[in-house]
Amino acid sequence: MKITNQIIEKHGLKLEEYKVIQKLLKRDPNLLELGIFSAMWNEHCSYKSSRIHLKKLPTKGKKVIQGPGENAGVIDIGDNDAIVFKIESHNHPSYIEPYQGAATGVGGILRDVFTMGARPIALLNSIHFGSTSHPKTKNLLNGVVSGIGGYGNCIGVPTVAGETKFNETYNENILVNAMAVGLAKKSKIFYSKAKGLNKSVVYVGSKTGRDGIHGASMASAEFDENSEEKKPTVQVGDPFTEKLLLEACLELMKDDSIIAIQDMGAAGLTSSSVEMASKGSLGIQLELDEVPCREDNMTPYEMMLSESQERMLIILEDGKEEYAREIFQKWDLDFVVIGKTNNSNNLTLKFKNKIVGQIPIEILAAKAPVYDRKWIKKKIERKEIKIKQLKKVKLEDALIKILSSANHSNKSWVTNQYDQMVMCDTVQKSGSDAAVIRIHNKDKGIAVTVDSSANYCKSFPLTGGKQIVCENWRNLISVGANPLAITNCLNFGSPENKEIMGEFVECIQGIKEACEFLDFPVVSGNVSFYNGTNQKNIFPTPVIGGVGLVPDVSKTLNHNFKKENSTILLIGKTYGHIEQSCFLRENFSISEGYPPEVNLNNEKNNGEIVLRLIRKNLISSAHDVSSGGLLVALSEMSIGSKFGAKIFKPKNLTNKLEYFFGEDQGRYIIEVDKSNLKQVIEILNNDKIYYENIGKTQNKYFEVEGELNIGINDLFKINNQWYNNY
Amino acid sequence: MKLILVKLFQLNLKKNNLKFSVTVTLKKDVLDPQGKVIENTLVSMGMNDLKSIRQGKFFEIEVNDNDQIKAEKKVNDMCKKLLVNLIIEDYKINKLT
Amino acid sequence: MRSSVIVFPGSNCDRDIAVALEKMQFKNQMVWHKDTSLPKTDLIVIPGGFSYGDYLRSGAIAGKSLIIDEVIKFAKKGCLVLGICNGFQILTETGLLKGTLLRNKNLKFINKDINIKVLNDKTKFTSKYKLNEILKINIAHNEGNYFTDSNHLEELEQNNLVAFKYCNEKGDIDEKSNPNGAINNIAGIFNSKKNILGMMPHPERMVDKIVSNKDGLNLFSSLLN
Repeated sequence: MKITNQIIEKHGLKLEEYKVIQKLLKRDPNLLELGIFSAMWNEHCSYKSSRIHLKKLPTKGKKVIQGPGENAGVIDIGDNDAIVFKIESHNHPSYIEPYQGAATGVGGILRDVFTMGARPIALLNSIHFGSTSHPKTKNLLNGVVSGIGGYGNCIGVPTVAGETKFNETYNENILVNAMAVGLAKKSKIFYSKAKGLNKSVVYVGSKTGRDGIHGASMASAEFDENSEEKKPTVQVGDPFTEKLLLEACLELMKDDSIIAIQDMGAAGLTSSSVEMASKGSLGIQLELDEVPCREDNMTPYEMMLSESQERMLIILEDGKEEYAREIFQKWDLDFVVIGKTNNSNNLTLKFKNKIVGQIPIEILAAKAPVYDRKWIKKKIERKEIKIKQLKKVKLEDALIKILSSANHSNKSWVTNQYDQMVMCDTVQKSGSDAAVIRIHNKDKGIAVTVDSSANYCKSFPLTGGKQIVCENWRNLISVGANPLAITNCLNFGSPENKEIMGEFVECIQGIKEACEFLDFPVVSGNVSFYNGTNQKNIFPTPVIGGVGLVPDVSKTLNHNFKKENSTILLIGKTYGHIEQSCFLRENFSISEGYPPEVNLNNEKNNGEIVLRLIRKNLISSAHDVSSGGLLVALSEMSIGSKFGAKIFKPKNLTNKLEYFFGEDQGRYIIEVDKSNLKQVIEILNNDKIYYENIGKTQNKYFEVEGELNIGINDLFKINNQWYNNY
Repeated sequence: MKLILVKLFQLNLKKNNLKFSVTVTLKKDVLDPQGKVIENTLVSMGMNDLKSIRQGKFFEIEVNDNDQIKAEKKVNDMCKKLLVNLIIEDYKINKLT
Repeated sequence: MRSSVIVFPGSNCDRDIAVALEKMQFKNQMVWHKDTSLPKTDLIVIPGGFSYGDYLRSGAIAGKSLIIDEVIKFAKKGCLVLGICNGFQILTETGLLKGTLLRNKNLKFINKDINIKVLNDKTKFTSKYKLNEILKINIAHNEGNYFTDSNHLEELEQNNLVAFKYCNEKGDIDEKSNPNGAINNIAGIFNSKKNILGMMPHPERMVDKIVSNKDGLNLFSSLLN
């Protein structure tokens, strides 16, 4: 069959890229080989537009066991325990079929984690929908939430934290990012690097169907009259099979049978076999007749490009086949030796006694294109919003407007659909600054959280990038965790647009600066470009997932006020930066201006001091001040507790709205029992930390002197109505 | 008077009813995890002649229209707009009675 | 006291219940669903989870597994069987408990802490609780909406076979405190001999103050007696 320009384009390859393929192969590829190139050279597998920029991120550190490049990142939490974690996007499939798209997103990221020998212990997600008034939003929200729950609940991994946001920028392109966290023994981590000649390559898990075969979709019409039947089909998640696969893999991992293991994710059999061979500088030969297929008459092309879920590729030690086979059969899973490693450095595909495809591994992986795409710096609108020129608004009304908005209301409608408690180690569920999971049978635990700030990143990508890292860091600190490392999911528009590429480059720069300063390395991640349609790109939305260590989970802190008459201290300085605030967006629909500046020095000092106070058991609750500003943070501390607060009239302020709703960074609110106050203040003064005594806790009422006084039950109701009325 | 109208309306309803059934199944190439597990279980229970099984949904629908072509079109509309997830499911409409 | 936890493919609260049992000094062992005989045991627990993915009907396929015939024989001898969540669903599918568990009335999975009231404290499962004691306990299910015919319902109520009912913090059993639409707010039931208990809430999740509370402990300590 002749490879036409049309077929090349349908495979998502540029004509110039095809010429490179011809040159490297020294011949024309056949259709199967073209499919394999399209899978390996696409943005998702090759990181061709992002690679040179991702290199700038700090990926090393004292606690880092494995940085980016493997199925997931690995960090050391002591006592031979390691935490394996990663975040990944499943945006496009979720927009097409929200339930299955979200479910398979969760399934994929779980495999990334247990492939490395870790038992998954927590799931998180960051989901972003279009405007609440957009006709598709409700349906997408319902589907995505039940899909995430459906998969995690069934497999029995608690979904413990996340964020659900609405913004019209996602009207045509929602974001579904899922993060999985697993626990492994530091001495028993499994990698994807193949080693040794003539080793068995084993296919385990579900059968291969015609799921999610991309490039073929339209082109296939030309080589088969039954084109209707061959349309690419949506992947359907099967959490039950994944649970079996998880248990079977972990059982096999107890001994030394496995040399290398790789999840068949995007571009399934192709990327998994190429990846393992490439890392081991080996060749690999696959007998495609052996691949377990769900449908009759599947072609090599379909087998190599199928994205059927719940499958793994394993390279086994000699003589371990029968032992391994028994384990997989016990769990009712397919187990087939489909190939061998060799020293040819080629990927060789045999079907019906013929070699149907042969490509040097090197040109699929290492020689994949890398682009330094054009980008331009963001021009910042230095537009200052004069609050006095806006229509007058009462403090109370503005607060109610924010607390009852879609983006700030209580999310229990969402989180009640997730099993947060299975495994019985969830010390702190979602709704706090970070969730806390105990390490099974131990006193220590980890804190986990995900964050994003698309509005900040859109208006000033460099600051935005810094800000999310810092917010993530603050969230971990607020529950009493030492921040250790992050994973990132970089959701952007088209990299071929130089403004979008500029947003990407500057966000990375911001993330890099903050991570370096805070010693908070990036150990895994995922880039998702081309989010948007018809030239309308989404706001740049890097999502950061952070992990921290809690030495003793019985000392975990949450943000609920604990008792009456405690002193409320605000750590960090309030300037009243109101541009890009939630206050202006919810009350005046103003989204111009630049975001609050990030001072890394203050972030570090303030965070470290709060953590020190927590370690000395000197504070009863802590909360980071973020979107919504001081007043929203204070209300959040009341809503989950029986106690309100009496906030003093602020002294020497320019404007009370700016003071209460400004989103200046690097701030925490801490509740201090009267008996500890002297000691706390001494420590703060000694370290020259800026703080204000802003009020005290009280029974039942949330009050700002002379401004507002709301019963906390009413506050709770205001905050809890949005989802139930939607 | 009101009663008579209601009666008439009900009579009309009866006269004009057409009944359909709709069977919804997953598209041929879409993974059917439920069908797979049910199939394995039946085989392990000794039903060795079972070749394959797919799980689906079944609807019975009555339409207020005595024109079969129009009525079927309405049912078809219901399928496309709500009953069927066209991305992963196929459906078949059968006329009953 | 010896206990056995039956593990089906898709069970996912098997470890949690084993931890709770061991914490209470049960000598526990796990039993694989393909086994054809039971070890010597005083108590069988069918744990929560999604056996066989909840496919077809929750509990339906596990109800046909090899080990289940042994569980039925064991139960018919009058020995103790506890089914939690999916375990309760499996017990109704085997016929050891009457009635069935329908989808939650809001058609969504529900995970939250709710309150239940102890309605019978004279059984081997509940003797350490006080009558009408209110427990705060976690539920996590899609199909927890208990339903049974009116004759059986009357039998349950008349013969004190309702173990727990959903209630509010004050103990009122009303519609508002019914999370899933279960008939008469029923959260757990006994068979007529009271040697089998099926319940939707998860007592094994409530044995540790650091993650929740200790309201589930007395169920296990009752069994130890």
